[in-house]
Amino acid sequence: MKRYRPFEQLMIARFRDFLREPAAVFWVYGFPLLLALGLGLAFRNRPAERIFVDVQEHAAAAQVAASLRESPEFAVAVQAPLECRERLRLGKTSIVVIPGEDYTYVYDPARPESALARRKVDDALQRAAGRRDPVATREEQLVAPGARYIDFLVPGLLGMNLMGSGMWGVGFVIVDMRVRKLLKRFVATPMKKTDFLWSMIGSRLVFTVPELVVILGAGAVFFGIAVRGSLLEIFLLSVVGAMTFAGLGLLVASRAQRIETVSGLMNLIMLPMWLLSGIFFSPDRFPDLVQPLVQALPLTQLNYALRAVILEGASLASQGWRIAVLALWGGLSFVLALRWFRWS
Amino acid sequence: MNDPAAQASAAILCRGLHKRYKSRNGHVDAVNGLDLEVRRGECFGLLGPNGAGKTTTIEILEGLLPPTSGRVEVLGMQWGKADKVLRRRLGITLQETRFPEKLSVLETLTLFRSFYPSGEKPEDVMDAVGLTEKGRSWVVKLSGGQRQRLAVACALVGNPDLLFLDEPTTGLDPQSRRQIWDIVRRLGEQGRTTLLTTHYMDEAERLCDRVAVIDRGKVIALGSPAELIASLGADHVIEFALEAEDGVADGELALLPAVREVRREGSGTALTVTEPHVAIPGLLELLRSRGAKLARLTTRHASLEDVFVHLTGRHLRDEEIPSV
Repeated sequence: MKRYRPFEQLMIARFRDFLREPAAVFWVYGFPLLLALGLGLAFRNRPAERIFVDVQEHAAAAQVAASLRESPEFAVAVQAPLECRERLRLGKTSIVVIPGEDYTYVYDPARPESALARRKVDDALQRAAGRRDPVATREEQLVAPGARYIDFLVPGLLGMNLMGSGMWGVGFVIVDMRVRKLLKRFVATPMKKTDFLWSMIGSRLVFTVPELVVILGAGAVFFGIAVRGSLLEIFLLSVVGAMTFAGLGLLVASRAQRIETVSGLMNLIMLPMWLLSGIFFSPDRFPDLVQPLVQALPLTQLNYALRAVILEGASLASQGWRIAVLALWGGLSFVLALRWFRWS
Repeated sequence: MNDPAAQASAAILCRGLHKRYKSRNGHVDAVNGLDLEVRRGECFGLLGPNGAGKTTTIEILEGLLPPTSGRVEVLGMQWGKADKVLRRRLGITLQETRFPEKLSVLETLTLFRSFYPSGEKPEDVMDAVGLTEKGRSWVVKLSGGQRQRLAVACALVGNPDLLFLDEPTTGLDPQSRRQIWDIVRRLGEQGRTTLLTTHYMDEAERLCDRVAVIDRGKVIALGSPAELIASLGADHVIEFALEAEDGVADGELALLPAVREVRREGSGTALTVTEPHVAIPGLLELLRSRGAKLARLTTRHASLEDVFVHLTGRHLRDEEIPSV
């Protein structure tokens, strides 16, 4: 005979309910991805820009232009005198070189890129004319990994997502079931209440995996973010975060009788964290006066810990007290939620 | 009713049931000293208007609501002492449950089946309520009647001894109501006990072996539909209206042969009579002698509605009372 396991069936029902709701899937997976892509593109570190140089028409113009073109830094064009002045005035070029017995540089010393162009162009032309530098130099270019804005952003988005899906995935879903009288219908059966609560927690746990994969995966694929910490520890940390916010979600849902009530409560709780907890910029920038509040928020500690483990490769153990803050929030929420919970 | 053997075998027994709710101006007694005894194997109806306390009563019996006072025994057990056993043996439909919209009929039934240690196969229950064709359809695609049949199926999937149906056909179209009635009748044939609430007198008459008429939290009449109608002392009703309002006095009508009761109903008058073929000639003779002209005249069998009106002076469904 077929066996029916209530915990398993409740979990499956939860998955079906979620996956068959395209809007929910978008907000959990698509939205953070779009946010990461948009912000990542807007704040990407640009390669050094090329220097636009006009060489005024002259018998030696072609030779000067050729010397400059040796270096890929320069974008060189040969133009008539009037044209050269006009283009410089409009900012289309940074400098005009007038060849002759001596070279004349026409530039605007008030514009930084113009002043820079004067030095670079002079350097290149002097060398082409045979100048030898007395000291040999070498260059080593350094781009520190994890120092870009997108590196900072992605762990913050992960934290934000764990908060949002924990609160909505538990808080909203439970109140929705209460409004539908489904909770009441469930307790009118021999269903064990613990099976129900564990299925809510269990489904949150399972949903954490694709959330992690999607956000970190997109960061790695599109932006080349190097994940330095152990994947297992990142997963465990995410689970702690997911559970903390599942607890808060359960708490706001424990008594609410209407969808509007629970939505309002959740936004009330999440809004300060969206602003203060370092999703988009470092929470250290806030004045000392509000730091105690900022540091006490669970998402602040989750984001610090995620950044440390993902970007710096810190161990989970080194984040012990941050995890303790999360556990305190989550534990307290669960205890109060279970005490206040109403099935009808 | 005081026979101990009968009480021991009662499916539901409740004595002196009270439920008091706090309200803005003090309190409301939703259930006010209600006694009830439902026998095993019968279909028992709680009939009453909206707000009579039917749902409060049934939810107390279902163990979903604690009573303020009173004694309740369900299948010989008490809530708070044997909940686990009771839950396995009861099947319940609430007045309104909106099942998850994006689960299919079969998935919903399988979910509910998993809560019971033993029971029916979801496919069999689905068949019993005529939803097999809709097995793979999402709940959101079902009609109101189909959703209600799904609710009944969810109540049946644990193979219950005792079924509670709270207003099973409210808001459904006539055909859907008849489908639900067929299902409930089959439950009776299988020997299950059913307690249902309704404010439709035709539903109570057709389905229930016995009916308790409830008003203001109390049982005001109890018996089989036939017994209750017989208690009127007459089982026909003549309804008529006159072209001019001031035709004849009620007192004169009451003196006509075979008339037991006279009621004003909006612009017309209803006479409860034992023998219409005796009463009608008398009525017509009276009207002719007064020169009153008939606007309409109909006769019908007395119903539970007439019982309720006889007992309370009000109709079961308030909205059906024409303004007087």
